[in-house]
Amino acid sequence: MKRRSLAAMVAATTVTVMGLAACGQAGQDDAAGDGPTTVTMWTHSAGNPAELAVYQQIISDFNASQDDYEVAEESFPQGAYNDAIVAAAASGDLPCLLDMDGPIVPNWAWAKYIQPLGISSEITDSLLPTAVGTYKDEIYSAGYWDAALSVFARRSVLEKNDIRIPTVDQPWSVEEFTAALETLKAAGYDTPLDIGAEDTGEWWSYAYSPMLQSAGGDLIDRDTMLSADGRLNGPGAVAFFTWFQDAFARGLTSNSGTIGNQEFNDDEVALSYTGVWNALESLQTVGDDLLILPPPDFGQGPRIGGGSWQWGISTGCSEAQAAGARAYLEFSFKDEYLVAFSDGQVVIPATESALGASKYFAEDGDLRPFVELSQELALARPATPAYPVISSTFEKAAKDIMNGADVQSTLDGAVSEIDTNIQSNDGYGF
Amino acid sequence: MAAPAVVLLVLFLVVPVLLAFVLSFTNARLISPNPPRFVGLENFVRAFTSDPVFLRSVLNTFLFAVVVVPVQAGFGLLLAVLVNQRLRGVTWFRVVYFVPVVTSIVVVSILWKFMYQPDGLINSFIDTVTFGAWQGQAWLNDPDTALGAIIVLSIWQAVGFHMLIWLSGLQTIPEELYEAARMDGATPWQQFTHVTWPGLRSTTVFVLVTITIAALGLFVQIDVMTQGGPVNSTSTIVYHAVRKGYREQETGYGAAISLIFFVLVLVIALVQRALTREKDS
Amino acid sequence: MATVTAPTAAPARRAAEPSERRLRRRRRTWSYLAMSALAVFFLFPLVFMVVSSLKPDSQILSDTDSWRAFLPVGDISLQNYADVFDRVPVGRFMLNSVIVTTAIVVLGLFVNSLCGFALSRLRWRGRGLVLSVVIATLIVPFETIAVPMVYWVSKLPTLVFENGVPKYDFGWLNTYQVQIVPFIANAFSIFLFTQYFSTIPRSLDEAARIDGAGWFTIYRRIVVPLAGPAFATVAILTFLPAWNSYLWPLMTVQQESLRPVMVGMQYFFQLNTAWGEIMAYTSMITVPVLVVFLAFQRAFVSSVAASGVKG
Repeated sequence: MKRRSLAAMVAATTVTVMGLAACGQAGQDDAAGDGPTTVTMWTHSAGNPAELAVYQQIISDFNASQDDYEVAEESFPQGAYNDAIVAAAASGDLPCLLDMDGPIVPNWAWAKYIQPLGISSEITDSLLPTAVGTYKDEIYSAGYWDAALSVFARRSVLEKNDIRIPTVDQPWSVEEFTAALETLKAAGYDTPLDIGAEDTGEWWSYAYSPMLQSAGGDLIDRDTMLSADGRLNGPGAVAFFTWFQDAFARGLTSNSGTIGNQEFNDDEVALSYTGVWNALESLQTVGDDLLILPPPDFGQGPRIGGGSWQWGISTGCSEAQAAGARAYLEFSFKDEYLVAFSDGQVVIPATESALGASKYFAEDGDLRPFVELSQELALARPATPAYPVISSTFEKAAKDIMNGADVQSTLDGAVSEIDTNIQSNDGYGF
Repeated sequence: MAAPAVVLLVLFLVVPVLLAFVLSFTNARLISPNPPRFVGLENFVRAFTSDPVFLRSVLNTFLFAVVVVPVQAGFGLLLAVLVNQRLRGVTWFRVVYFVPVVTSIVVVSILWKFMYQPDGLINSFIDTVTFGAWQGQAWLNDPDTALGAIIVLSIWQAVGFHMLIWLSGLQTIPEELYEAARMDGATPWQQFTHVTWPGLRSTTVFVLVTITIAALGLFVQIDVMTQGGPVNSTSTIVYHAVRKGYREQETGYGAAISLIFFVLVLVIALVQRALTREKDS
Repeated sequence: MATVTAPTAAPARRAAEPSERRLRRRRRTWSYLAMSALAVFFLFPLVFMVVSSLKPDSQILSDTDSWRAFLPVGDISLQNYADVFDRVPVGRFMLNSVIVTTAIVVLGLFVNSLCGFALSRLRWRGRGLVLSVVIATLIVPFETIAVPMVYWVSKLPTLVFENGVPKYDFGWLNTYQVQIVPFIANAFSIFLFTQYFSTIPRSLDEAARIDGAGWFTIYRRIVVPLAGPAFATVAILTFLPAWNSYLWPLMTVQQESLRPVMVGMQYFFQLNTAWGEIMAYTSMITVPVLVVFLAFQRAFVSSVAASGVKG
């Protein structure tokens, strides 16, 4: 009985698998033929039902609006998205339309994953500068929104401790900020600032490289894009990272806790350096007491990061598909959709007109301060194909410094790692 | 009859390894418009002369293996001896000790990361048993404790499997030998050293080899919990190879690190084999 | 199979020695204490997982510093489970994992046992070479060859059906087979089968040879029926990594409808991690494995034991 069942199971399994494999592949290569041209589209939004719902709305509206093209969407969880794209590119299976995180755009443009966007300049001109991705002065991507970071605080807590409430024009100096943290620590907050260091990945460059720029350093020399020397390990960078290390060592902030803004909402920390996406929940818990403040000025004026998810067109699509992709994108930059994304995801819409119509970011919206922060302080990450390696190196160096490594030698090591990489890629085309 | 398995092994293990071998002598990139160039031994020279993180990763990997191999083997044997007794409900305990093995290592790593936090379960437990004398320790943030924390979790997860292997060895030892030893008045410890241990020789070899191979390949726990930090204190060879070759897109260099890793493991496996052979004869 | 056998004639003799009986009883008490303490040590993270899956995120976080973390107290509900279904196509992922895992286990048992049979019982040219290649491949961690593998499988030929007509095409990405075929042959399984088969007396096949049986008949009629424990062991050991596979499907399967359960984990790591839902999802994907294991634990435990790994 045993042997027969084994043989039968093997046979049955083989047949099933082959059948399913066939099903799995059916319907993939039906771009040619009669009827509308299929335009494949990948998003990073799996697991985010609200965002997906807006995309599905746009797609069904677009598909219904004309007969030439049919957009077919596939969504991926964010954490796995870049891996999927890279694997697809390696095997020549890129979708036609794809979204990507802003700073990766130059890398993918350089690698010829994506082609120049080529949609109406009327649209791209109307967008926030940080919502448009460029490489070598050519536009490769455009997004519906941008995010922004700020320091969350409670008015009552600052007033009780005699701490000045800063503005974009008169931000806290770093000395003032440090003194405020010391005061708050003395007032009973164990680690007064939640700086978000428990997170990993791109967050580190997004959140902390603007502070580095505010101190006069940078991730790379943006004039040549060929070396990080003198920028990532110069006096400004050393000053910032010394402050950074010191803040952890003295318990002014920590890297424990959980990702998100729970500690602030529970009043376990007094200040929280976090994103607009957490603002709604805090607004609900804290109410009118909530302050949305600019980050401190490390010497050259405060800065926050800019550049969020944007859309591009891959090199993997045919002429007809690319035309369809452009038609879809031009169709999709409508205020109603931008507002829908903004209201659903709590992010800043990328056009002035959508801004006025949005629930949270209009003139009288509860989260209006983020618009000012984004417009006045946002700086995009350097537009170079070297960015992935810069970001990974920066994250590692910053974490090592946080954990007590020597500042100057760690930064020197990071610089040499980045410069070696750039050289071995023949300057990435610069 | 070996053909199907051999063909599959060649297709899906040997070919990729050979591909890695070829790649390791080039500057191939995961993403690049430029074709890869043959660079000779440059990647290998770089690993040993100008990549301190690689050298640290080698050290960490061996440190991990040196602790995990004997501790996990010994702990597994202890568990096996305990559950080899003829006691009511002993099967239930066997199952319980095996439960972490059947749980995904990704899930396990996430759970333990949670528990290792300064205000997490581990600290509050120590705080309770020391009556408040304990200061919260950020286990995974301190270069002195991070690798230790990962060692504990790794042993916790895998020891049940080796308990079962030991158990299989224990059950092949004939009961008459124990009877005879007891007749001679041997204490339980003497029974263990004179009957049990010699009877487990072949099992010992198997357990040691499998733990060593698994320990040297440490990756998932690092990837989920520390990403090699703090200050490289938990970076391992495999983790470093993936970080360089995949995340930082230097496929050629990552392949070179993998190749060095294969050679190291092969050498260790051969040494282990030679040592255990000698004992047998 | 050598499970726990009843004590032999010993009790009658021991009954006459009260002091030894007391000693035995004391030892038994200590054994139970030690085993129970260890049981707590092995179970507490899983209890934490299941209990947390019933709580809202904020409570999970605030409970971690006390024993409340292990108790279903406070705001208990199945809300997280409901939310998981909104976020992830759980049923589809489960089905995919079941298909992939079953195929790997069943095909793996067949292919690897055949290879083990050839290695342990037949004398053929190249046998030594194959055996050493098999053993050498034990040391290759999958992560280190993942990148060349993706490139490789994307170039392999495959059979596709276009409007019902079969034809050849290239590229295995986005299929079930890419999740299955590379993992069928397994050096560790071959090794276990080889070891186990060599304990089955050769005199049996010689008798069969005299009766005119071919090697495949000997495999089917003699070796397989006697090797139940080895099959059970290999089945468990290939089931676990197949069910838990993560990196590979992430890199090779783009279509959502083909993804397995572990990839679903990523759906919860959005800007802010949904801890309660992660706990609920991990409970959901772990519990079936535990149930299968519990149902078969007697066979599992005794089969690993009986396969008597001999180095």
